[in-house]
Amino acid sequence: MDQPLPPPSGPTPVQLYPLGDAAVVLKFGESISEATHRTIQAVGASLDAHPFPGLLEYVPAFTTLTVYYDPWVVSQAGQQDPYQRVSESLRQLLHQLPELPAPDAAPVVEIPVCYGGAFGPDLDLLSRYTGLAAEEVIRLHTEPEYLVYMIGFAPGFPYLGGMNERLAAPRKTQPRPLVPAGAVGIAGRQTGIYSLPTPGGWQLIGRTPRRLFTPEATSPSLLRAGQRLRFVPISEAEYQHLQEHEL
Amino acid sequence: MSCSILRPGLLTTIQDGGRRGYRQAGVIVSGPMDSLALRVGNLLVNNPPGAAGLEITLLGPTLRFETDHLLALTGADLSATLDGEFLPLNRPVAVRRGSELAFGPARSGCRAYLAFSGGLAVPAVLGSQSTYLRAGLGGLEGRALRAGDLLPAPGPTPAGQRLHQQLLSPQPSPHWATTPWFPDPTLTPGPEAAPVIRALRGPEYDLFTPASQRAFWEEEFTVTPQSDRMGYRLAGPELQRRAEQEILSSAVTFGTVQVPASGAPIVLLADHQTTGGYPRIGQVITADFSRLAQVPPGGRLRFQEVSLTEAHYWYLHQEKTIQQLQRGLALFHYR
Repeated sequence: MDQPLPPPSGPTPVQLYPLGDAAVVLKFGESISEATHRTIQAVGASLDAHPFPGLLEYVPAFTTLTVYYDPWVVSQAGQQDPYQRVSESLRQLLHQLPELPAPDAAPVVEIPVCYGGAFGPDLDLLSRYTGLAAEEVIRLHTEPEYLVYMIGFAPGFPYLGGMNERLAAPRKTQPRPLVPAGAVGIAGRQTGIYSLPTPGGWQLIGRTPRRLFTPEATSPSLLRAGQRLRFVPISEAEYQHLQEHEL
Repeated sequence: MSCSILRPGLLTTIQDGGRRGYRQAGVIVSGPMDSLALRVGNLLVNNPPGAAGLEITLLGPTLRFETDHLLALTGADLSATLDGEFLPLNRPVAVRRGSELAFGPARSGCRAYLAFSGGLAVPAVLGSQSTYLRAGLGGLEGRALRAGDLLPAPGPTPAGQRLHQQLLSPQPSPHWATTPWFPDPTLTPGPEAAPVIRALRGPEYDLFTPASQRAFWEEEFTVTPQSDRMGYRLAGPELQRRAEQEILSSAVTFGTVQVPASGAPIVLLADHQTTGGYPRIGQVITADFSRLAQVPPGGRLRFQEVSLTEAHYWYLHQEKTIQQLQRGLALFHYR
């Protein structure tokens, strides 16, 4: 989860390969870029709009979109080669991609964060490591609009691009046995938000009262790939207030 | 309308066909480790193949049926007894209320599945009744079964009820009875010692040294005790890469064999994370998931390379056999 997120580059040709006998990977080059991300988003939107028979689900990632399929349905009960059929469907879809309208820009999601203190036990450490005052760390962390490249690692956990590199810091040498949900941390050149209580080695600088993962909801993840978000600093009192009102 | 858990066993959870459609939200699939065994069990008791049943791990629970039930026990042989008598696997069993199901030592394999005709009435979360332990959702309150739990099992389907009456009503004496028929034995292979697990090359196969590639196919691996529903951590030859190269996180799936920097491979299983950033040397074929899932901790296995065409052949072959079972049951036993 520590990969640096380099600046955008041009679109890249697509590669197709199997991930076992029930999934196909579409790979768009080797490096992370907003252009690649937009292409992946467009392919996902197109699959939503025109699912082929036997499509189960798909998972977008930094440079890949993995498509899970049911070989029995795709092969029409064993009549045809499933991989060939899926590949054809996907190639056709990719071919039509340039003609598709770009997906709508999603509104920016605001993530209120109470920085430092008990909620951000590593803020001072990060401040010392980066040579920035704690207020400056908070300012730099709340400044950019982050892009959600993908959701993975845990339910609702966003991989974000756009962190100021001056905030980069190594992981903790000794991971914490339990990091609470909502903890906002930094590891390498990435920042993220824990969505479930798990063990974790990120430097924790704050916590959000918002729930990133709500299993009771039809859309269980607060965030999805392609969205943009911004961190908004809040006080401890505001944190408590928001937490009581967070459903 | 229930079943009491007298003793919970080592790890007994409710699993159904799995939580599908939420992987892009980072929600794992869960579901049975040996989905073939659960599907066959469900079909034997007139359920849809993905209905919720119990996944029983190594040391089984003790259950008392508080109402009449039609059951099937599939998967591993964990020395099951019903009212003290040996219980045959892989066939429908009609039990009367008050019967007790208990388990003994694991004779072969490590996961058994108990299917209840009519399924289990626990709420679905994100479209599935499967237990997701780490997030505490699905199943019975998101956790493994405990002593004292009452399992809401509504009882047999109408066709299941008819089979139950056929099997038990003539003689009032026995507390349980089973059918003389059973499914195609290829669907219930029975766990093997040191199975050969067929696999495809993984997307990052070429990143490994030729020696490690050979070792992956030729040498034996042991499933370490650090293994769980997320994955098998294997001990064996250390698998090395030609050069350190950054791998960007991307989606993984059941049966993905990934190799962290330590060189010890991990085979991802039912509770695997949706994405991973380790190079993937192999991918187990779907037709061998059942055999893979039955290798106990300390058990050994080998990988054998097959082509995608072969993998699909065996996938479709297994599907056809299951569908034949389903049709046969509908024609002759659950009309």
